[in-house]
Amino acid sequence: MSFTRRQSLALGLGTAAAVALPFRPALAAVEDDIAAFTGGAEVGSGGVTLTAPEIAENGNTVPIEVSAPGAASILVLAAGNPNPGVATFNFGPLAASQTASTRIRLAGTQDVVAIAKMADGSFASDRKEVKVTIGGCGG
Amino acid sequence: MISRRDFLQAAMASAALYGGSGFGNWSRLAAQQALTQDDLLSFEKFGNVTLVHVTDIHAQLKPIWFREPEINLGVGKNKGRVPHITGAEFRRFYGIEDGSPSHYALSYDDFVALGQGYGRMGGLDRVSTVVNAIRADRPDALLLDGGDTWHGSYTCYQTEGQDMVTAMNALKPDAMTFHWEFTLGTQRVLEHVQSLPFAALGQNIFDAEWDEPAEYFKPYEMFERGGVKIAVIGQAFPYMPIANPGWMFPEYSFGVRDEHMQEMVDEVRGQGAELVVVLSHNGFDVDRKMAGIVSGIDVILSGHTHDALPEPVVVGETIIIASGSNGKFVSRVDLDVRDGQMLGFRHKLIPVFSDVIAPDPAMTTVIDEIRAPYLADLEEVVGTTDSLLYRRGNFNGSWDDLICQALLEEREAEIALSPGVRWGPSLMPGDPIKREDIWNVTSMTYGEAYRTEMTGEFLKIVLEDVGDNLFNPDPYYQQGGDMVRTGGLGYRIDITKPQGERISDMTLLKTGEAIDPAHSYVVAGWASVNEGTEGPQIWDVVESHIRRMGTVTLDPNNSVQVVTG
Repeated sequence: MSFTRRQSLALGLGTAAAVALPFRPALAAVEDDIAAFTGGAEVGSGGVTLTAPEIAENGNTVPIEVSAPGAASILVLAAGNPNPGVATFNFGPLAASQTASTRIRLAGTQDVVAIAKMADGSFASDRKEVKVTIGGCGG
Repeated sequence: MISRRDFLQAAMASAALYGGSGFGNWSRLAAQQALTQDDLLSFEKFGNVTLVHVTDIHAQLKPIWFREPEINLGVGKNKGRVPHITGAEFRRFYGIEDGSPSHYALSYDDFVALGQGYGRMGGLDRVSTVVNAIRADRPDALLLDGGDTWHGSYTCYQTEGQDMVTAMNALKPDAMTFHWEFTLGTQRVLEHVQSLPFAALGQNIFDAEWDEPAEYFKPYEMFERGGVKIAVIGQAFPYMPIANPGWMFPEYSFGVRDEHMQEMVDEVRGQGAELVVVLSHNGFDVDRKMAGIVSGIDVILSGHTHDALPEPVVVGETIIIASGSNGKFVSRVDLDVRDGQMLGFRHKLIPVFSDVIAPDPAMTTVIDEIRAPYLADLEEVVGTTDSLLYRRGNFNGSWDDLICQALLEEREAEIALSPGVRWGPSLMPGDPIKREDIWNVTSMTYGEAYRTEMTGEFLKIVLEDVGDNLFNPDPYYQQGGDMVRTGGLGYRIDITKPQGERISDMTLLKTGEAIDPAHSYVVAGWASVNEGTEGPQIWDVVESHIRRMGTVTLDPNNSVQVVTG
């Protein structure tokens, strides 16, 4: 039998082609995006929670959720994608909760970053590594 | 909360397993004189609640040989910690006497010699005797099945899991959770689940489309036993669509989801649960990490990684119980729960010595009825082995070498790849190889043996990717299997390095030449997670190879050089 390139990518033994290697090409773009969002202000931790799977079941549609009580807006970046920008969620004064969820596409194993702008103008961030793999066989 | 005294009691209870015959005293007669069913089952009842745990039976209804791992490396914080110690080191850690029944049951060395004396282990009719004895002592004991039950044998494949559903229903568990069950496909899993007279649990089984808890799988079940309100929360294998073919159950999403686990613990505590038990298929290292993150869990009954530990591992106020695999062990945990608190425990990992523990005739009948229609096929002798055939361990076992050899020769390939699964019983030198034995190490719903070409570069990526699933220092990024087994390909692995840097010195064994990243090699393998994989079933490939060989003799495999730092 023959395999197409696409099928080869999913051969059961944990073949993940080039996507298995951590992506680090877009670091400068990530720094730029963060600076544009924060205006260069210091970014603290705590106050924003990013929820994402440790290992993506499908790198093309990875469910994530960001939550930052009291935030005015939350910037989400996929630090290893060719274009790191994912979304900026803005919350109006009448928003019942400052939580948003969506699905994103990840080019490979990388950090997903969330930065929240709080009502007082301070910034907080959270990040989580999401592994993109085609896996193999468990116990 | 768990006093030193209680901990010692637990240790002493498990210590009661030890002793038995002395070192070198290996004849079957001596073993049987030293070991009695009463010894194995003796347990001084403790507290007011009893949990009975079985897990990862992999459809093994009959007694089997099962050699524990020689190599089981831990990384990061888990380097050198249980369950990542083996052999003599393991025995010293738990004070197990060399040559004792526990040596044979729990460690790998002298397996052939000790096996002559102590015989096969497991068999669901023996497990049934153990469960019945515990229930006679504590009638309202909870029996909990950690999953990987409806997979792993000829009859399980032919009946699409009905054999195990029938047999386990006779054992009357109170709840179970899942992993390989899903490889029966969504429709078949749901048919079984909806027929079960007990709870099908998984707080991390989600609807893939809506990303919310799935219908038909409850997160938890509440029980009242011994006057205690008990919550049992299920945790299915987190990485099912990655480690197994997600296209067979596209409706479901899994993941560790420890935030949701915390919500469930808080919810059941809010409903008055005095004891919170997690029935888990996470794997041991993931359970240990989760126990440190989620608060309020009293007991984790751990499955998936097939570890058998003679004492619980304590993390904060949580005890973790690991009960082995393939029906080799049953864990009994007695708990003293008062005023909404677990005050103490007593534990025993009961080894199921099949020549010592009498089979329960009612269960023997059930098993015989299941096997009767297939008996001629099961027992057909295909060949004989001169070598010990085993699988369990981080790298190639002799069964894997035989499977890879079959792939190389029957499929005319340069390189063979075989999945690093942890199931599959052993065979002793001199044993006939029956068809059933081949199925025990290969049976699955996606057993097609593919043949394709891969470049050297791609092969390295495969090894790096699987290596990271095993040796990532963060357990939440591990999938709990072992390294992909290779035939015709040697390599060096440094498990202390990050992904992309672990694998080096890849060599084509046939020529002794270094693997060329740009060259394409003919690769044969099986158990692809890819939909539409074509090829003969792996058990047919292995059977025809063994038939041609007649007698299997394998040389030691030194093709993987492991650097542990």
